[in-house]
Amino acid sequence: MTFPNTVAAAVPAVPPAQTRKRGTLSRLGQTFAMFRNGKSIAGLSILGVFVLIAIFGDWIAPYGPLDKDFTALRQPPSWVHWLGTTHMGEDVLSQIIYGTRGVLVVGFTAGVIATIIAVAIGVTAGYVTGWRSESLSALTNVFLVIPGLPLIIIIASQYENPSLLLISSVLAITGWAWGGRVLRAQTMSLRNRDFIQAARANGEPLYRIIAVEMLPNLTAIIASSFVGTVIAAVLGLTTLAFIGVIPITNLNWGTILFWAQQNGAFPDFWWWYVPAGLCIALLGMALSLINFGIDEYVNPRLRSAGERARAMRKKGFKLSDTATAVRPRPAAAGTSGPGTSSDPGTSSDPGVTNAGIK
Amino acid sequence: MRFFLRRAAFYAFTAWAAITINFFLPRMMKGDPVSAYLQKNQGRISPEAIDSLRTLFGLDSNKSLLEQYIDYWQLLFSGDLGRSFSKGLAPVTDVIASAIPWTVGLVGIATVISFVVGTAIGAFIGWRRGSRADGIVPVATFFSTVPYFWMGLIAIAIFSTTLGWFPASHAYDKGTQPSFTLEFAGQVIQHGFLPALTLVIGSLGGWILGMRNMMITVLDEDYVTVAQAKGLRPSRVLVNYAARNASLPQLSSFAMSLGFIVGGTLVMELVFSYPGAGKLLLDATTAKDYPLMQGLFLVITLTVLVANILADVAYAILDPRTRQMEA
Repeated sequence: MTFPNTVAAAVPAVPPAQTRKRGTLSRLGQTFAMFRNGKSIAGLSILGVFVLIAIFGDWIAPYGPLDKDFTALRQPPSWVHWLGTTHMGEDVLSQIIYGTRGVLVVGFTAGVIATIIAVAIGVTAGYVTGWRSESLSALTNVFLVIPGLPLIIIIASQYENPSLLLISSVLAITGWAWGGRVLRAQTMSLRNRDFIQAARANGEPLYRIIAVEMLPNLTAIIASSFVGTVIAAVLGLTTLAFIGVIPITNLNWGTILFWAQQNGAFPDFWWWYVPAGLCIALLGMALSLINFGIDEYVNPRLRSAGERARAMRKKGFKLSDTATAVRPRPAAAGTSGPGTSSDPGTSSDPGVTNAGIK
Repeated sequence: MRFFLRRAAFYAFTAWAAITINFFLPRMMKGDPVSAYLQKNQGRISPEAIDSLRTLFGLDSNKSLLEQYIDYWQLLFSGDLGRSFSKGLAPVTDVIASAIPWTVGLVGIATVISFVVGTAIGAFIGWRRGSRADGIVPVATFFSTVPYFWMGLIAIAIFSTTLGWFPASHAYDKGTQPSFTLEFAGQVIQHGFLPALTLVIGSLGGWILGMRNMMITVLDEDYVTVAQAKGLRPSRVLVNYAARNASLPQLSSFAMSLGFIVGGTLVMELVFSYPGAGKLLLDATTAKDYPLMQGLFLVITLTVLVANILADVAYAILDPRTRQMEA
């Protein structure tokens, strides 16, 4: 449940044609600039751990996910079973390790499909004008308003044994609309920029204008809508598995919770249901952190607000003071204006708030 | 006026789309569970009920698709959504009507509380940007990425099973009849407290974060500086200048996230055995009660649409620009 509200509000400060002369490496570096901050790196690291677990699950997991050990039923965590066992003597830790794969595969497949739909419809809707733009926008809004989960439940329940791809597709179809809406707004603001006008005046074909001129300026928003869809898909998948709508043969964290609830794990056998839920939350948190990083990259005000406020507080100002607040010891601190010295990145920002007025 | 006409056209279109999806869903279905059911229960269902079920599920194969579609609309306008298989062939509309008030009440109250509290906290954190209040953000994010149903299960485990403070399931004590008495209201509040609390905690993070980010952007605007330069009280600047403007995108995402919240509530009702539309939908899914599923999807979608219209009205009240477009 993260709303990338601010993404639409600001425009990424990437000059479009600057990268031409630099090497491939620095160009690549610029493409990933949105991830180069503490929050994104922290999120990517946690995500990386989960990806590694998903890939090497077969080697890491101490037991098979469905190996039954009838001598150890519902055992609390011990050295033999780090996270205890289920009612059938299955190792909970191994189930979680194997379940990671199911969650990530569905989450990322859904994210990719949804992002493709969102880019195709959002960018087109932003680029074309008139009734075509309006009708695509109406389509996006319809998908935003229609409640996704009931629809997924109904569709999934009509199939005896829905495949992972089908589940991902349904999650994607109900989840692309938000990204599409943000992308449309952003494309509309890009459409009339000088460099796009120039490309059009040069007679560049439409696909080239979109692919070469526009998409590089949309990467941050595309990335954030991708991450947002993955979060929603992970929550959707685990919810569906918990309800029992999708087959239990597809092992994921939701299935573990499904079994735990079916077999009366609540509230006594905490080792059975707490880790799976925490894993979902941790994965969601990692993805949200990545999105926070992207948000701050797209909207520099978010990044600088905290730093600026702290810098001013150090000088004895309070941001929430009225404009007439004067520095307590004007003679003691003989520096330049407080607003400008704290953060060179935003010194041109007109809103240096109250303390700029001395 | 143009604004309202456009919105009205949008809602009409969305309602049409939802109804049309509902028309085509059973027609894409593999197999034919409905006619199988009808054959098994021959003689127990009245001919009129069979007729309406045939129309709803596209069993009139001798009619063209267009004729089926027209018949379908006629049925909807006469308020006939078929008969529920799992509820003793009661009319689907009656079954849904008994469940919807519970869901609307629970979700409505929880969502409004979460929206108001989250927006207020977000405004405060944005106002005090850079202070220790920023520490709320990661906590709120964590709670918003925790699955609702898991939080609900843990809440039951702690507060009802272990501590015994709240009942773990149902909307009121077993054996009591719904009535408009104080005692019954007390029971409803006691039973609804935990589900509502988990819903609020789960959705709070999104509101806090959205509002904080908007506040930070708005606080850099010139009109806020001017308001402060005029010497207005900080509380007035915070509420009437910054928060009022920052809350506008909140309202539109409120409208848009309703579909998501409804989804979370469905599962919440399963966890708490709350007798609302979500529990009904999940029961219908397990019982393969297709008419009830169809009807519920339609009603849930239309309810979300109505909530969206309310959010639009609130937006128009808060933002004079939308109203000025009329002139």
